[in-house]
Amino acid sequence: MGVEDRIRLPVRTEVLGGAEAAFATTRLDQLLGWARKYSLFMYPFATACCGMEFMAMSAPKYDLARFGAEAPRFSPRQSDLLWVVGTISQRQAPVLQRIYGQMCEPKWVIAFGTCASTGGFYDNYATVPGIDRIIPVDVFIPGCPPRPEQALDALMLLMKRIADGSARGEPILANGQVV
Amino acid sequence: MAQRILDRLKETFGAKILETSSPSGDEVAVVARDDWPAVARFLRDDPVCAMDMFIDLTCADYPDRRERLEVWLRLYSIGHRHRVCLKTRVSAEDPKVPSLYDLWRGIDWFEREAFDLFGVVFAGHPDLRRILLYEGFEGHPLRKDYAAEKTQPLVGYREVPPTKVPPFGTAEGMPWSRR
Amino acid sequence: MEDADIREEELELPAEPMTLNLGPSHPAMHGTIRIVAKLDGEVVVSADVQPGYLHRGFDKMAERGTWSQVFPYTDRLNYVSPILNNVGYALAVEKLLGITVPERNQYIRVVLGEFSRITDHLTNLGAVAMDVGAMTPLLWLLKAREWIWEILEEVTGARLTHSYVRIGGLAFDLTDTFRDRALALLPRIAEELDRSLDLLLENRIFIDRLKGVGVLPAAEAISYGVTGPMLRASGVDHDLRKTAPYLVYDRIDFDVPVGEVGDNWDRFMVRAEEVRQSSRIIRQALDQMPPAGSPIDVLDTRVILPPKEDVYATIEGTINHFKLVMEGIRVPAGEAYGYTEACNGELGFGVVSDGTGTPYRVRARGPCFANLAALGRMVVGMMIPDLIPTFGLVNMIAGECDR
Ligand code: SF4
Repeated sequence: MGVEDRIRLPVRTEVLGGAEAAFATTRLDQLLGWARKYSLFMYPFATACCGMEFMAMSAPKYDLARFGAEAPRFSPRQSDLLWVVGTISQRQAPVLQRIYGQMCEPKWVIAFGTCASTGGFYDNYATVPGIDRIIPVDVFIPGCPPRPEQALDALMLLMKRIADGSARGEPILANGQVV
Repeated sequence: MAQRILDRLKETFGAKILETSSPSGDEVAVVARDDWPAVARFLRDDPVCAMDMFIDLTCADYPDRRERLEVWLRLYSIGHRHRVCLKTRVSAEDPKVPSLYDLWRGIDWFEREAFDLFGVVFAGHPDLRRILLYEGFEGHPLRKDYAAEKTQPLVGYREVPPTKVPPFGTAEGMPWSRR
Repeated sequence: MEDADIREEELELPAEPMTLNLGPSHPAMHGTIRIVAKLDGEVVVSADVQPGYLHRGFDKMAERGTWSQVFPYTDRLNYVSPILNNVGYALAVEKLLGITVPERNQYIRVVLGEFSRITDHLTNLGAVAMDVGAMTPLLWLLKAREWIWEILEEVTGARLTHSYVRIGGLAFDLTDTFRDRALALLPRIAEELDRSLDLLLENRIFIDRLKGVGVLPAAEAISYGVTGPMLRASGVDHDLRKTAPYLVYDRIDFDVPVGEVGDNWDRFMVRAEEVRQSSRIIRQALDQMPPAGSPIDVLDTRVILPPKEDVYATIEGTINHFKLVMEGIRVPAGEAYGYTEACNGELGFGVVSDGTGTPYRVRARGPCFANLAALGRMVVGMMIPDLIPTFGLVNMIAGECDR
């Protein structure tokens, strides 16, 4: 074995080997994840009181722009991060589901506040007991309303998970059908 | 302060004013439902009362009474700066009350709301739809016998692990009050 | 040959009425609401405004817990100015109980309430500026709001949902530094507001977008039950702080700004002026306030929780505490309607008690619901882009509108 082998061998295995092909895909994913992590386009689905803290989070003091996630896209089709901010009532549920369905893969969902996560203390006829009942959620933020720091923490958590590929949106099952 | 309104009403309508009282300083007059529009119109047009401003219309449910639904109408006079509350009572079997749609513009939505939440039917209202809840919702949630937790979802729920942990059951029902 | 002469009318193409759906989740509409507008070209022919997307069953939830447990729900009615709602509810229940809170308490309620009013107006002014395309004022005004939230947090422990007022009392007294911080803050808020208004008020676009748009005549506003800044913008001098003074508003000197025609411009200016008046109120109230250490709770063990030392040291204190927490304050059977001037108008709480520790019925008459009802009428004949700032200036807060 000469110099030639030392150079060639790793190259050959990476391209041709079965298991190593998966390795190549992972690396692409990582690259994509790294890229996506810093260019989240958000769709704010703000309904209630938490929206005030959401505004505060985007406003000068807390400055969401530091994380590259401040650009709101006012069409779900162009965004990949859905912030569900506030109480989702039963009447609102089909709308939320539809908006989630309109977003393109890959997509992530953050439930902002107790109401979005579990229904909060509105445990009654009018509210959905947690949006994970209707769409998949990646990160839940507790708090009524959460402080902006908490929300930024959640965003960083999501970014980390996007980068290492552990956050994955799943196709939604509504009424037993794939939407 | 607004005692003179009650006097004026009694003077004009005599026995048709079933009850008057001033709980906590707010004047209340109760009329039968057939006299409801006439008394309301008088309150608006009479120069002594001149109740030109509509404040509130809502309802309360007393299941122990025969005429269990009590409709409240609150009015204010910009000129004289006095207010009054006019009430009428109907039973749940025949919850019809003549609509005051023509008297104040604001009445429209409030009658729809009382219809939505209590099931009071305002005869003569041109557009009596649900306003806060959605089409297809059954029952009227603010009646005392509607269990607070009875949801009527518009979309199917996804399968998620149960979110309620003991001691909270899934349907606790609604105690009328803590007797 | 004759000149080809086309008459004006022939050029107009016949337009089918078109239906445009705005909302319920429309980014340009703050708050969840749906407006189905019938359009002729770009002109609104009729609009069906559909609230209700944030109906959370306030009334039903209020019937579940004790009288005091309603406070967190009232915070979330108008979530831009929670303290005003706290105060409104507390006053209604106190009316039913027949108690009056000590003076220091009343002044604290006034001061914090007016701060809340300022946050609400600042948010609204900024949001409207954004609606017509000016982003900077929003950011500046939100910055000012953040300062207010900081001092409110210092007193109440929460940035937004304070739950600070209690029936017959307050959760805690003001902090020692509050007075100085508040007085130092007022000029900064005024400066921030003036700076934002300087950007807007002489801007041709801003003026054109607001002046003469969305006129609501006084008689109609009254008939709709419109209250608050919106009613005053239509030229009706009606402010419950003046016409039916509650707390200590009768000892404070302030002006009620009133508009002339009732268009968007008037509504905007009324709100801006109310921020200044609120600062005046805060200054005077802080001056007149009885010194720290004066009582803030009524002296009635049936209403107010005993001090913690008593709860731990004496059996009466323990029992009293237990009863008040578990069974709630026993409010005598009866009913009352308490009304206050919240930042959007008359916030009324109709409370009915059956003599137990749980409310029998709590009716929240949110001003937004009536104000919004007038929107469907105001937008007729208006261009679609004008609908957005008009809606913005109604300042619909969904929590209060849909409850
Ligand atoms: S979690 Fe709290 S603050 Fe947020 S929407 Fe729900 S009630 Fe409002």
